[in-house]
Order: sequence, then C-alpha cells, then structure tokens
Amino acid sequence: MDLILVNLIDGLVTGLLLFMLSAGLTLIFSMMGVLNFAHASFYMLGAYFAYQISIYLGFWMGLLIAPPLVGIVGAAVERYGLRRVHQYGHVPELIFTFGLALLIEELVKFIWGNDQIPYQIPEILEGAAFSISSYDIPAYKVFMIFLSLGIFAGLLFVMTRTRVGMIIQAALSYPRTVEALGHNVPLVFMGVFGVGTALAGVAGVIAGPVLSTFPGMAFVLGSIVFVTIVIGGLGSLGGALVAALIIGWMTTFAKAYNIRMEDILTGVGFTKPEPTWDSAWADLWTLTSPQIADILPYLLMILILVFRPYGLFGKRDV
Amino acid sequence: MRTIVKRGAVAALSLAVMASAAFAENVKIAFIDPLSGPFASTGTNGLHQYEFAAEALVNANGGVLGGQKFEIVGFDNKISPKESLIQLQVAIDQGIRYVAQGNSSGVANALTEAIDKHNRRNPDSRVLFLNYSAVDPALTNEKCNFWHFRFDANADIKMDALTDVMAADSSIKKVYIIGQDYSFGKAVAAAAVNFLGAKRPDVEIVGNELHPIGKVKDFTPYARKIVASGADAVITGNWGSDMLNLGKSVIDNGFKGPIYTYYAAADGITAAFGETGKGSLRLVSEGPLNPIASERAADYVKAFKAKYPDGNVSQARITNVIEMLARAINDAGSATDVVAVGKALEGMEHDSLWGGKIMMRPQDHQAIQDVHIFAHTNEGVQFDYDNSGYGMVVESSVAMASADAPTTCKMQRP
Repeated sequence: MDLILVNLIDGLVTGLLLFMLSAGLTLIFSMMGVLNFAHASFYMLGAYFAYQISIYLGFWMGLLIAPPLVGIVGAAVERYGLRRVHQYGHVPELIFTFGLALLIEELVKFIWGNDQIPYQIPEILEGAAFSISSYDIPAYKVFMIFLSLGIFAGLLFVMTRTRVGMIIQAALSYPRTVEALGHNVPLVFMGVFGVGTALAGVAGVIAGPVLSTFPGMAFVLGSIVFVTIVIGGLGSLGGALVAALIIGWMTTFAKAYNIRMEDILTGVGFTKPEPTWDSAWADLWTLTSPQIADILPYLLMILILVFRPYGLFGKRDV
Repeated sequence: MRTIVKRGAVAALSLAVMASAAFAENVKIAFIDPLSGPFASTGTNGLHQYEFAAEALVNANGGVLGGQKFEIVGFDNKISPKESLIQLQVAIDQGIRYVAQGNSSGVANALTEAIDKHNRRNPDSRVLFLNYSAVDPALTNEKCNFWHFRFDANADIKMDALTDVMAADSSIKKVYIIGQDYSFGKAVAAAAVNFLGAKRPDVEIVGNELHPIGKVKDFTPYARKIVASGADAVITGNWGSDMLNLGKSVIDNGFKGPIYTYYAAADGITAAFGETGKGSLRLVSEGPLNPIASERAADYVKAFKAKYPDGNVSQARITNVIEMLARAINDAGSATDVVAVGKALEGMEHDSLWGGKIMMRPQDHQAIQDVHIFAHTNEGVQFDYDNSGYGMVVESSVAMASADAPTTCKMQRP
C-alpha cells in the first residue's frame, strides 16, 4: 500500500516534467502548425544555461535567469529563422527544426564537452522531505511538483483570463481576422514560440540535476514528448497534462512491479510451452513489465491513432 | 625493344610499389567506438587515451620495427553493431590490420564474428581484434577465436574478485542485482548468482533484473524496488549515463548500503556523484591510480593530464594494449603478418605500467592480471577523476585473478 502511494508520487513527478515539455510544444503547434523537432534541444539548453549560471550565482539565479534566456534564443530562432522558412510551407519548417536540433546538440558538445556535467541540486533541497514507511521522498521532488503545478496554473490563468490569452486563442483559430483587427500576429507568434521554448527551458533547469545533464539528454526525451502531445491531442493544453500524467504513471507502475507475461498468459488460459527457450514464443513468455515499460506509451499512441485520431482532447486530425 | 620497354615498366612499377611501401610506414590501429550520441564521452576519452599511449609509449621511443610509428584512426560506430561492421569494412579497405574496440559486448560479439569470417576468406588482409573493454565472458569462451585478444578482466573474473570481498562481509545478507538488458548485463547477473551461490549460500538474491540500455530516463521506480526488497548491497554492471542515473537515484531514494559496480568512475560520473557517492560506491577494475604503482606511472598520468586537462586515465589497460602490441610486432618482425603478431601475443608476459604482471593466456586469449576493488572517495586521492577531488582508491586486491579459471574455448589456430 505504501509502495503504491510512493509510486503515485514518483509518477506524478515524471508526468509533470513531461507536461512542462509538451505544453510548449503543443502551444507552438496549435498556433503555427509547426512540429518543432528542436523542442527537446531547448530543454537541454535550459539545463546547460542554468548549470553555467549556477557556477557563478547559485542554483536559484540559474532557475530565474536560464528560462528567459532560452526563451530569447527561441524567439530569435522564430524571428530570424522559422519566419523566413515559413513561406515555403510546412516541410521546409520541419527540416529547419530538425537541423536546428542537430546544430544545438553539436554546439553544446563544442562548448561543454561530451561528458556529464556536475550540475547539482541546491544544498537546501538535498535529502528527504519526508518518508512513507521506509521510502524517502526527496525534497527536490516535492519542489518539482509544486513548481510545475504553479506553472500550469499560471499558464491556464494567462490563456483563459487575460487579454493576451484571448488574443492568442483568437489568433489560433482566425489569424487573418485577428490581423485585420489591428493585432500584430507575427509578434504573437514570436511571443508564443519564446514562451514555449522557455517552458522547455524550465523543465531542463529542474530536470538537469536529477536526470543528469549530458549532450544526449535531448535525444532521450525527444520522441516521448511527441507521443505525449499526440495522445493528448495536438494543440490541447489540458490534453497534454492528462497524457503526460498517464504516461508518467503508466511507465512508473510498469517498472515498479515485476508483472510477468507468463502469469498473464497462464491466467488467460494458455499453457506454457516446455522447454520455453525452444518455443517460437519464448520471447513473449519471458517478458516482464519493466522491460516493456518504455514502449507502453508508444503502444498507447498507436491505439489512440487507430481509435481516436485527434487525440484524447484534440479538435483536429493529426 | 618491346621487351626492354616492358622490363623498364615493370622495374619502374616495382620501384614505385616499394617506395610507397616505405612511405606507408605507420602501423594503423582502427579505434571503433562511439564518438557521437549518448555514449560519446566514454568513446572520445578512450580515443584520447589510445592516441596518448601510442605517442608516449611507442612513437616517442622510436616506434616499432626500427622506426614505424603507431597511428590511431578513430571510427564512429554510434555503439551499434550494424554500424560497427560497416566501419570495420571501411578500416579494412584502408589497409588497417588492427582493430581496437571496447564499449559494448554486443558490438564486440558482432565484430569478432565478422573478423573471423573475413580472415578466413581473405588471408591477404587479415586483421587482429584488440578488445580492451568488452567483458562478456563468451568472447573468450564459446565465441573465442584466434584473432580476438581481451586485455580487460572479463565479467566472470571481476565478479569472482568482487564476491570474494562480499563473502568476507558478514553484514551482507540480501543482494539486489540490476543491469542493462544485453549480453554483458546478463553475463554479470549470471556470474553474480553463480559465485555468490558458491561462496555464500546463505546470501539471498532478492532481485535480479535487466532494464533497457541507454533508454531509461528516470530510475526512481527501480530504486523503489531495491529499497522495498530490503537489500543490503546492490550489484550492477551499468556504465555511462545508466550507471550515474541508477546510482544517484538509488542513493537519493534512501538506499544506505554499498553499491558494487564495474564502471562507476570517470567520464563525468565521478564528478557528478561527488559527495553523494562517498561510502556507497565500490568498483572492481585493474590499473590502480591511487596509490600509484611507480614514478613512471605517475609521470604518465601527469603528462596525460597536461595534454587533456579534462580527460581521465580511466582505462589503464589501454597502455597494456599498446605496449604489448608493440612488443609482439617487434617479436614477429612484421606489422602486416598478423598471424605472427598474434602468435607473439599468445602467452606473452608483460610488466604493466600500473604495477603487477599481465599474462595473455594462450588457451583463450584472456589477459590474466591483478584485479582491485576500489572505493569512491576524496581521501588519499593523488590522481582524481574529472578534476573533482574525488577518485578511486584501492580497498583490496586479488593478484593474478582467476588465472586457473576454466574456459570452454577450443581455439583453431591458422
């Protein structure tokens, strides 16, 4: 029972982190129709910027300064890169962001090297916040949960309760009309791209110390972010949250319990072939849930694409 | 007249061939390992160690065969067996006769098979495989061949030494084994079960599992399981970011016992663990830096650090590869006749730069050497890793570990 609670908390942390990454991606997509392949690279930039700042000014200044810095880089990429490519259509945009991802990775390697960098959590958040029976819940995780929830609340407030949010929502569905009303739509686009990448930056700043900061960190998270927004529905913020939490809990529980395929299959009524290693189905019979935990989100995505192509909360077809 | 022209042409041609043979005097060694992607840091640091060892230990002393220099050529295999075979072909096409590889036994298994096949089909361009790190025992047992030489202690030898230490620690009652899901991870798990069962039948193995290699973003769920199992010690063969993330996660989530590892050092791992890993991390390996064996070894490390301030002498065995290869080439009197070089390597005894002897066992081409158990600490560290102040200090040693261990290798010699 205790372990279930602990796993719920762990899954929540994973899910919220994924949400912060996918929120920016889904915002950018819904507004500009661009699938930003370089999104996870901005996440990596966040971690590296924060590390560099933390050397001189400490972790907290890193958390404060690095995300806006990433946002500025993101806005500049939109203004001077994407906007120029935009006129040639979506495929060149895709290729542009893909190239950007490779460029950022090489740049990071060039500046900070290939190794893991010692980006550490601040001393005040070291150690356990509390324990559930013998399981420590690190203070840093509690901090991650509150920070991500705060950002979600802030984002929701801006999008639904403020004038800027209204213009963004309007520009989402009727860009031409909004432009005709005298609003600067390209500026809105640039702002959204900047904020989206800054969100990825925040995720990088707080994930860097626990998931380790190295040039491959963008690659490791890159594909799962796309899975999240496809499951949640492209362009839906709420969908991104729900999908991220589902993925977080699904993978955490699959890894935390050794559910064996053997038990499931015999439970359903199949008999185990003897000897197992000689059977054509040997691989299937010896599977355990931790082994397949990381492909479960992809399986879910395929199911979603088959049965509900616009995602859980999405309004348009993929 | 015509015959004179022909003879002249033949003479000119043979002169040209001889001249080019004289110019192509470098002995090239293909270094096939990941130079990009998630494991790039390990690969690049290995490449630097090879380049430095070749330069400092061979070229600076006048090379081999009276003047031929060693040259290391890097090939990026992206740690994929498929890509490695392509790079192997490229290396062979460039006339390279020596292949060094170490990261991932999956790659090593593919390479040794391909090299065996190639050497049987192409007796004129045979190559030797200098395996400096891939420690899957199969490579010197059922999959052994004449062309493969392993300079690292294999997973069984290391586990034998490790379990000697664990067996002596009566506080260890429950052990959790976790590793990466591929041939090496499985070999470590099998060896741990085997040796612990033989030496300490009272120790309970409370967990034995594999996780996908290089794909786990967050090890928290695994750490929870380890804590939940009530284990006193953890054994893992993980390396690279998998090692760092697993170790950090296990320690952060409340595990207090020792973590016995194969590769929890250098390449940023030591620095990233820092104070957290002190008292927990143990490592089994060869080639100690703390305490250092000799003045010569100390000078070597200092010179390496002067050239690569951010690098580490993390794979001490690389110097053995270079020195023993140079000796074998000199003994054989040829750098191109790899059969003769291979025969010279077989059974060779060598005084390692890092102290102790190394013997290339002729039955299976497994190097027999001293194996040490290290602790991650910042006390008594003369040569740290990652410029972090933390390093690996010898806790206990096993001289000529597993020298009489059996092998199933039935080697066919050319």
